[in-house]
Amino acid sequence: MTDASRPAGYGPALDLVTRVRGVRGAMLVSGDDGLVVAEQLMEGIKGVAVAALAASLASRLRRAMEAAGLGASLFWHLQCDQGSLLVVPAPSGVLIVAVAEPDVNVGLVRLELLRAAEAVG
Amino acid sequence: MTTRAVEAWTLEPLVTFVKEAGARLVLVMTSAGQVMAQHGFSRAVDVMSAAALGAAIIASTDEIARQLAQPPFAVLNHQGEGHGIFLGVVPTGRGKLVVLVVYDLHVSSLGLVQLFFEQLTADLQAASPQEGVSKQVLAADFERELSESLNTLFGR
Repeated sequence: MTDASRPAGYGPALDLVTRVRGVRGAMLVSGDDGLVVAEQLMEGIKGVAVAALAASLASRLRRAMEAAGLGASLFWHLQCDQGSLLVVPAPSGVLIVAVAEPDVNVGLVRLELLRAAEAVG
Repeated sequence: MTTRAVEAWTLEPLVTFVKEAGARLVLVMTSAGQVMAQHGFSRAVDVMSAAALGAAIIASTDEIARQLAQPPFAVLNHQGEGHGIFLGVVPTGRGKLVVLVVYDLHVSSLGLVQLFFEQLTADLQAASPQEGVSKQVLAADFERELSESLNTLFGR
């Protein structure tokens, strides 16, 4: 797992997520810009692309939720053939993103993402 | 919104970039400000102004880099309340090109523009003719060349 971009204060928040079995990587992403703030990813995951596209999706989902009168998005989970993308937006606007294997314990990842969001603020 | 090119090989990479990055306005030009393709502009005077300003900004940052004894800056981003301006340099077989992108922060983001700018760079480099650089524009021909380019860019 590479951690080329991991500012000191964010390391423990990412550790919460990546220690869950089946998680292939975790990132903190600036929700407004779609830029990587910190990352711990396995080889082969294109962090920059995941960050930009996840932030774009988060922005559209937020507007959809608002339009539907459902309030702010708390957690979303995209399930694919070969894995999942799980995201929790922190109150500061930072997104906590996890890339996981298909058989990951989604409930546990969600719990750790929420804890990481609380730690990030 | 229309996308038009003076040099046909720039068109497809630009159309793809606009679609993927959600850019509002784009100019592809030489470092001298000679426009090769545009997306989203409706008036020739806006294209001329944007090209001149974009080329001047790149020239200024090149000079700052030179004074710092650093290689030229590759990209520059300036973000406002509702829009962002992104300027990037693309080395191609036809010389150094400058790409000016204006994006709406409610539609796109710096991350998306940067991500798909990498793809645009690769596409322009692959599509550019390798033989020679584009011909120099002589002062005597400048007015005519400019009019021809603007006519092409606005489909006249």
